[in-house]
Amino acid sequence: MKGRGTMGDLGIRLTHNAGLLTAISVFIVFYVFYNMNHPRGFSTAVLIQNSNEVYTLAMVAMAQTVPVLLGGLDLSVGAIMTLVNCLASHLLNGSPLQMFFGIVVCMAAGAACGFLNGCVVVFGRIQPIIATLATGAIFVGLALFLRPTPGGNVDGDLSWAATNDLFEIAATYGFADDGEAAWFKPIAWIPVPLLLLVFVALFVWIPFARSVTGRTVYAIGSGEGAAYMSGLNIERAKIAAFTLGGFFAGLGGLYLALQTSSGNADIPQAGAYTLNSIAAVVIGGTSLLGGVGSAIGSIFGALVLRTISFNFRIFEIDPLMQPLFEGVVLLVAVSLGALRVLRVKNTLELFR
Amino acid sequence: MTGTPPSEQAAPPHVVLTGVSKHYGGVTALDNVDFSCDLGSIHAVLGENGAGKSTLIKIMAGVVQPDEGSMTLAGKPQAFRHPAAANAAGIVCIFQELSLVPDLSVADNICIADPPRRFGLIDSRAQRRHAEEMLARIGCEDVNPLTRVRDLALSRRQMVEIAKAISKDPTVLILDEATSALTAADVDRVFEILRRLRDSGISILTISHRMHEIDAVADTCSVFRNGRHIETFKQGGRSEKEIVQMMIGREISAHFPPKPPPKVGEPLLEVRSLGWENRLKEIDLLIGRGEIVGLGGLDGQGQKELLIGLFGVLKGMRGEVRVDGKSVSLTSPNAAKKAGIDMALIPEDRKTEGLMLPMSIADNLTIASLEQFSRGPLVDPAALDKAVEDGIDRMQIKIGSSGDAVSTLSGGNQQKVVIAKWLMTEPRIILLNDPTRGIDVGTKQEIYLLLRALAEEGAGILFYSTDYEELIGCCDRVAVMYDGRVVSELEGEAITEENIISSALNLAEAAQ
Repeated sequence: MKGRGTMGDLGIRLTHNAGLLTAISVFIVFYVFYNMNHPRGFSTAVLIQNSNEVYTLAMVAMAQTVPVLLGGLDLSVGAIMTLVNCLASHLLNGSPLQMFFGIVVCMAAGAACGFLNGCVVVFGRIQPIIATLATGAIFVGLALFLRPTPGGNVDGDLSWAATNDLFEIAATYGFADDGEAAWFKPIAWIPVPLLLLVFVALFVWIPFARSVTGRTVYAIGSGEGAAYMSGLNIERAKIAAFTLGGFFAGLGGLYLALQTSSGNADIPQAGAYTLNSIAAVVIGGTSLLGGVGSAIGSIFGALVLRTISFNFRIFEIDPLMQPLFEGVVLLVAVSLGALRVLRVKNTLELFR
Repeated sequence: MTGTPPSEQAAPPHVVLTGVSKHYGGVTALDNVDFSCDLGSIHAVLGENGAGKSTLIKIMAGVVQPDEGSMTLAGKPQAFRHPAAANAAGIVCIFQELSLVPDLSVADNICIADPPRRFGLIDSRAQRRHAEEMLARIGCEDVNPLTRVRDLALSRRQMVEIAKAISKDPTVLILDEATSALTAADVDRVFEILRRLRDSGISILTISHRMHEIDAVADTCSVFRNGRHIETFKQGGRSEKEIVQMMIGREISAHFPPKPPPKVGEPLLEVRSLGWENRLKEIDLLIGRGEIVGLGGLDGQGQKELLIGLFGVLKGMRGEVRVDGKSVSLTSPNAAKKAGIDMALIPEDRKTEGLMLPMSIADNLTIASLEQFSRGPLVDPAALDKAVEDGIDRMQIKIGSSGDAVSTLSGGNQQKVVIAKWLMTEPRIILLNDPTRGIDVGTKQEIYLLLRALAEEGAGILFYSTDYEELIGCCDRVAVMYDGRVVSELEGEAITEENIISSALNLAEAAQ
């Protein structure tokens, strides 16, 4: 018999993903509870509305995940989201070609902001938290320059199509018999933002995590010395991580423009998104020390946070209680992650 | 080509270093060294602490660059700027630490440098197969490649290191104390692998402190001393006694205060069958009032763990510690410092554990003894100033102003600040973890005088040093550690370099 230690493959995989699984379970419990108590629970309309409210935070949380995996924090994700939001409010109109061009520019702008962060961290040898505090202020400054007062002009059809279900896309742009075709029916109910979220996770995040660069990001967060001694390209991976973070944040800003049909250089909103992104990352099972976790977990972290506010809405609890409750959930999540400390036998290691 | 090294004919050596020197500041780590090793041979490098062994392999592995000299690999000149360059050329090194990423799986770690890819993405199935194959090659089928390295026992991690190294297909494999954390059964397995790799034509270079292991596996041995290459000989060409003679013989460069005649002081600190994890085993030690007890042995045999363990840093210690005959429980540095125990530890790394570098000299001096200068919750500034002045005078610390950041001082003066800080707590038991590393000769001598003076005032001192000269010159007794145990205690005339090195290599056990 080939010995395989005490745990089988399944056991090992479950242990490694304990944080993610916890976040998924908490989300399911909260969300089912919400739907059971909602007058129109388990309906497409509710699902569409919820997806719309989740998408931007989920993107910003994914953005935060990548620098956190490196062992840093990115305080500029909310600012990048805001900057791209303001940029989009200028570009998402005109002919289809112009709009397509606008979308590409917005995505590139987010990535460029992240690239700048990465360069400052790598070549300036500045800690991520302080580097991004500074660049974040710059990004918000640029956003204010683009959009001194809230407003803007976003193509109505595009906005409508992107924030509803697949049926409305088909109806708006006239394919699949305006969404009435029989083959289209089974998928017509799917909300577009939900689809986009799955698309980004499957076709951007997972390939990144499985690339050598992505693996290097995990290695750096887990032990930068060992990563260096293994001959990995540390600098490239760090820049790539921040660039990807900026790209995700930009996607969030782009969507916010479609959702609100406008741009708004709202500084408190940028800050709130940044702080919530950190909370979502932690709830999603990613270690703030770096090296452990995934952006998929952060999506569920964002879902948990948003589902808490959905529940507050329908139960008409005093909204002032909401931060308190979110804080308790966050504290529990962090405490679960800290249980490992109990196993440390050399107390000096706690301070490293 | 089984068993015997095939290169006894005139085949040119695979790796040749010529006239290599390396200096770190004023310290010469390697001095004009010529060295070579052959394909299909296991070459052991011997030498005491600081002999230059580690620097030698770091140069070969591209971690540091030599100041002078050149290196050729298979006849071609090479100068590696980076470990990856050395790996690419076929030189792979297994260091004692810092090479596995703890949060990645075993398979990820084995394939970390060049994982199998499909469509540009890591192919986890192929990677797993490859990892299983590598683990099988070294007889470690029981390690699941999905396990995180963090969750593996130390000995298993070392096997994963070897699997990772051979997956790079090296022509030169360097092992820096790769067996030091392994159990005897694992060591035999590793040796079997090394012999198999040698027979397949690889050149293997190993640093080990275990003499009997070198006997068991090496074809050729080289002895280093003081950064110089002393001699290379075929396995069996020299007796153990001759090898020890080659390793010793440093010039005495410092002067030590005279030792008082041996006396039996009252016991101050008693350690009884102390153990921790598998790093400390059944340690018995007695330190009397007025006694300086040295702690010797090669690096990493448990000396540091013993010191920080006594200072309350380690959880889950076995055995008993008594102070003044009373059993004490050491739960934290704070508890060890308190009245009744009055312990002080001069830590290993003054930059991280000894000092708060950006804070002022005055703040650093008084940080451990603030309670003494307090009235209620408030610190009395006048008493504090006086204490700072006394401390600076006593240790003759050369400073501009006591308000300057401690990072502005030289290494020797920084170490004086650390020592002065702990003297302010008026300790009775003083533990020192290699306190003279990297400081100038003048300051070293001041420290020796100070230790003797403190002992004469009645303190008990446990002094770990990697420098045998200090143990011989300073200590009333020397306990030599090997593999987590105190293997011998030397006293009086018996404290000689030869005895310390013989004990440090555990030749007594090797002879059995």
